[in-house]
Amino acid sequence: MAKTLAEKILSQKSGSDAGSGDIVIARVDLAFAQDTTGPLTVRQFQAGGFQNLANPARTALFLDHAAPSPNSEQSGDHIFLRRFAQQTGCLIYDVGYGVCHQLVAESLARPGDIIVGADSHTVTAGALGAFATGMGSSDVAVILALGKSWFLVPRSIKVVVSGSFPDGVYAKDLALHLIGQIGADGATYKALEFSGDGVGSMTMAGRLTVANMAVEAGAKAGLFPADETTQQYLTSQGRGDHYQPLFADDDATYEQIVNINLAQLEPTVARPHMVDNTAKAKELKGTKIQQVFIGTCTNGRLDDIAIAADIMKGRKRHPRTRLIVAPASRQVLLASIRAGYIQTLVEAEAAILPPGCAACLGLHQGVLGRGEACLSTANRNFKGRMGSPEAFIYLGSPATAAATAIKGEITDPREVI
Amino acid sequence: MLKGRAFKFGDNISTDHIIPGRLAHLRSDLPELAKHVMEDADPTFACRVRAGDFIVAGLNFGLGSSREHAPLVIKMAEVSAVLAKSAARIFFRNAINQGLPLLICDTSLINDGDELEIDLKSGTVRDITSNRKLTFAKMPEVMLNILDEGGLIPYIQKYGDFRL
Ligand code: SF4
Repeated sequence: MAKTLAEKILSQKSGSDAGSGDIVIARVDLAFAQDTTGPLTVRQFQAGGFQNLANPARTALFLDHAAPSPNSEQSGDHIFLRRFAQQTGCLIYDVGYGVCHQLVAESLARPGDIIVGADSHTVTAGALGAFATGMGSSDVAVILALGKSWFLVPRSIKVVVSGSFPDGVYAKDLALHLIGQIGADGATYKALEFSGDGVGSMTMAGRLTVANMAVEAGAKAGLFPADETTQQYLTSQGRGDHYQPLFADDDATYEQIVNINLAQLEPTVARPHMVDNTAKAKELKGTKIQQVFIGTCTNGRLDDIAIAADIMKGRKRHPRTRLIVAPASRQVLLASIRAGYIQTLVEAEAAILPPGCAACLGLHQGVLGRGEACLSTANRNFKGRMGSPEAFIYLGSPATAAATAIKGEITDPREVI
Repeated sequence: MLKGRAFKFGDNISTDHIIPGRLAHLRSDLPELAKHVMEDADPTFACRVRAGDFIVAGLNFGLGSSREHAPLVIKMAEVSAVLAKSAARIFFRNAINQGLPLLICDTSLINDGDELEIDLKSGTVRDITSNRKLTFAKMPEVMLNILDEGGLIPYIQKYGDFRL
């Protein structure tokens, strides 16, 4: 039977000939949790009476969401997770390493893997051709113990991408455009599978951005084929041996086909309080913004910081708009320092934060107050997400973010490049 | 048989509405966290809800974060089931894993404050106030069995593995 990427990977890992709609039990190649879901994961693991991990070398804990810890309660959670890592021998990425999904992409994910994280944006690793999906703490606890889980093999929506990005338009605009088109539940229970000649022209950073946001359309996975770009990326990470080519079969069955021509896209922004509430950046001109935040597992990579730095070079942020930049990992931070981007951004009066989730989820490092508006490069703009429920979150690309920081209001980046 | 009142909510109630990320510091203090259940959707919910009541929502309930604390605090408020037109995938699994029934049915026919009676076995909701009967979608066998055992951890403790 011709198979989608989702059907291929789930068949292989379950040792069966699985098609969409089947329920299978499959091996999990990598399981992880972070510091806001990890403590409950560990408690559920302990409640189940388990002591040993099925696969310690492929189990990871990340201290990234509240890191460095902003209060004693979260410090307690960090202590708890460090102790668990010590007892079980699993991997732990402590304060300052960066956002879990970026670290999974850099160091752990392999094409064809099944990856389950106690974090909804686990879908990010779909950029490398891994079937990566988020689950809750109980599911992950059982995976830690047994090394497997049950999966409903999803139906897939094929997104055929053609052409290449015009100036000022990036992968984030593609992601926002797609979600605006199919809706915040347009892919619920389904996999989004990207293909077409436009995918070949997308960088790994861009693929990670798009896969990351698959869950904002409700998708269980956002899958890219594993091709030359994947091979080059893995090789650049010293993991060339983890590469295997992986493509969907040509005649696989899809529930729906969505065609997107990159050449027709424009800088796109999601308005409060839903990701599918999209508009063109130029239509929102005049919307005053108090905080611009560049970072996160969506857009905190080297390419993103480079885009922002290029636009900000020799300019300064608007006096009434603060600019916060958080590189997604140590690797990104180091490369940004070497390339001079950090200097450029500091000269533009940005506040640079340590690698981690930073302001993304309203815990620390850029919490919004009542009535404030933020333009963020993150993936979610729900009410209350970044602090006050009476704050407003707009989502855009790093270019839109940089242009907005300069002008103090939402700005189409093509106005400043 | 479950019996209680309906608390009606709209579409797209996210996990941030149910229990926002800004309260992450309370996640290891569940009784304190639970006081904030549904706070950003209805700040009066936590003090009005009584044991056995139902959350009745529209489309895409529980979208967003994978935090299992969302169904957990609903369970701690002794809500006996969530009814929705549709639910986000991770939330669905989390609710069942916490032993919280999540039933997919046409909730547009239920009004806020209606008295409901739910029979999980036969898959029916009886709206006593409007005298209507609804049926809800059948969930996969594996989820029914997890729900029967009161959640995933007790299920795994009993069977030692998944059984399809
Ligand atoms: S950066 Fe934001 S979306 Fe990404 S894992 Fe951290 S909190 Fe979640």
